[in-house]
Amino acid sequence: MNARTAGEVLRVEGLGKRYGSREALQEVSFAAHAGEMLAVVGPNGAGKTTLLSILAGVQKPSAGTVSRGAGEIGWVPQQPAVYSKLSVVENLRLFARLEKVGDTEAAVARMLEQTGLIGRAEERIDRLSGGNQQRVNVALGLLADPPVILLDEPSTALDPGQRERLWLLVSELAARGTGIVFSTHIVAEAERYATRVLVLEEGCLLFDGTPGELARAGGGGDFERAFVSFLAKRSEHAQ
Amino acid sequence: MRWLLGKDLLILRRSRLLVALLIFYPVAIALLIGFAISASPAKPRVAVVDETPPGETITLGGTRVGLDEYTKQLFSQVDVVHVPTRAIAESKVASGEVLAAIVIPSDIVAKISSGVSQAQIEVIYNGDAVEQSFVRSTIDATLARANLALSEQIKSVAVHDLNLLLSGGHIGPLGSQELIGLRQLPGTLKGIASRQPPGKDRDTLTRIAGFANLAANNLGIAADVLTTVSQPIAVHSKLLQGKRTPLDTYAVVVAVTISLMFLCVLLAAGGVALEREEHTIARLVRGLISREGLLAEKAMLAAVCAFVVALAMLLGVSAFVSLDVSRIGLWMLALAFGALGFGALGVAIGALAREVRAASLLAFLLSLPLVFLALVPSGSVATGLYDVIRAVSFVFPYKAALQALDAAVNGAAPSLGASIAHLLGVTLLFGVLARLGLRRAE
Repeated sequence: MNARTAGEVLRVEGLGKRYGSREALQEVSFAAHAGEMLAVVGPNGAGKTTLLSILAGVQKPSAGTVSRGAGEIGWVPQQPAVYSKLSVVENLRLFARLEKVGDTEAAVARMLEQTGLIGRAEERIDRLSGGNQQRVNVALGLLADPPVILLDEPSTALDPGQRERLWLLVSELAARGTGIVFSTHIVAEAERYATRVLVLEEGCLLFDGTPGELARAGGGGDFERAFVSFLAKRSEHAQ
Repeated sequence: MRWLLGKDLLILRRSRLLVALLIFYPVAIALLIGFAISASPAKPRVAVVDETPPGETITLGGTRVGLDEYTKQLFSQVDVVHVPTRAIAESKVASGEVLAAIVIPSDIVAKISSGVSQAQIEVIYNGDAVEQSFVRSTIDATLARANLALSEQIKSVAVHDLNLLLSGGHIGPLGSQELIGLRQLPGTLKGIASRQPPGKDRDTLTRIAGFANLAANNLGIAADVLTTVSQPIAVHSKLLQGKRTPLDTYAVVVAVTISLMFLCVLLAAGGVALEREEHTIARLVRGLISREGLLAEKAMLAAVCAFVVALAMLLGVSAFVSLDVSRIGLWMLALAFGALGFGALGVAIGALAREVRAASLLAFLLSLPLVFLALVPSGSVATGLYDVIRAVSFVFPYKAALQALDAAVNGAAPSLGASIAHLLGVTLLFGVLARLGLRRAE
């Protein structure tokens, strides 16, 4: 993978999504840059997964635009989207071919190395631990060497050790210049790993700034408490 | 799409138990249903108590008919267990050793020979409602057949005697006595009358000759009347469309269509549902393959696998049942379009069910009733219910596939072209349903 220079890798303008009369997303706009780790946080039902699904091309927006097509964006869904009866290498090879990656075997080898799965390459997915399954899931999102990758609550089903290894891998990707957009409901992860935070509530983008700025906006102190306080203040303000 | 096909084949190869079940279960079900349709039912075991004296004969108009002739007809449709007494017969019925018992009373010969009182036999039976119905219908059918045979014998005796009366002949021991026939009487009487002087005797003889002529003419049609009365309705069969389908080859068609359906529907439904269960649909449809392409791939894979198994079944069966193998091109056409219809139904089930177990259950719950509904003959249920059955069968692919294969194998109606058009319509319908079911990829 080539190191990318800093610059905008994704721009979202006025994104909206409507399910019947319910507005799942309203006028969401932001930009992501190379090497940046952008956390999308918010309470359950805030629209985090909807936003990432639209960016990934799985759902169509009701309004707004995304600067890149789905083929140029890597996507790691919340649950591992892999074939459990195939081995790690068979999964990688299949998706590399489906994504029409130029040199399939080279891409597979690169992913095995990056995700530390070389020793498990021939093992079937259903015999791997949850953490290793998630690594394969991430590897599939990176196969086409996209400039930006979306991770939907990537650490949800992992134990602390697996979570640590996953974030190490993601941080390495960012260090190489890949733009990272991840959603999480674990606010501490946003504080620890994100360079920028987007706060969503009821489909609206309430905040776009650094974790420090969010902490200050919430009254300072413990980040999680500041985040909750920020949401409460916004709620009072809206009333 | 070829990479996805390759992946599915690899997964199938690694699911040997599933594949074995998918092939052997439908084949076993198909063979059972096919056997049930084509095999004639076993003769029910019936105990018989014959209380008549041995060698007794029925005398009809001077002709003796052995009682054995009657009982032979009566018992040809059952497996007879001769028992000496009514008590033993009743105990055998009670224990379930025999399905029923028939008691032939000692006065049966006297009553039949009398020609004025109706003879009766007694039927003793037991069991639940289904067994009771089976025994009654079997015994009724057997009795009807035996009565017909007896009335045929009575008719032939009566016709013989009528002919003797009309045309004359020899009767008595060794034909010692000559009988003048009614047909000869008018001429003879007129000859005698012509030789009489005019007067009362001559007039009387002429009137008797006229009566004899009238009687001869009317009795002449009596033989035909007797034939009509002994068997009022004869059956003349005419098939409206297509050609007559033998039951065993129809059973083959039913069996093969069942296998085709189960294999195809289960594979297609399981294939789509597995993609959902593995959460891979969303990854695939974000530009790697269209939803339509994904559904087509699953339907085609299932259709090809089911087609191969069904064709192998047909060819295998043709070694035992007389099938016209020169029509193999038509078989393949019918199987291919039938498989397409079932494939579309399968992917619709898979898209709507969302997980493999639910999809498999739904596939079974839908498929089995479809088979039985398609086999319900018209007239066997109330008209309104039959209309509903026909409508349901029309919407799903089983009946159309069955008719297509019946047309291809047996040349039955409706034509293969009409059935294929029907299957294409059904394929389109379930294809649209499947696409709607796959609207949301997550």
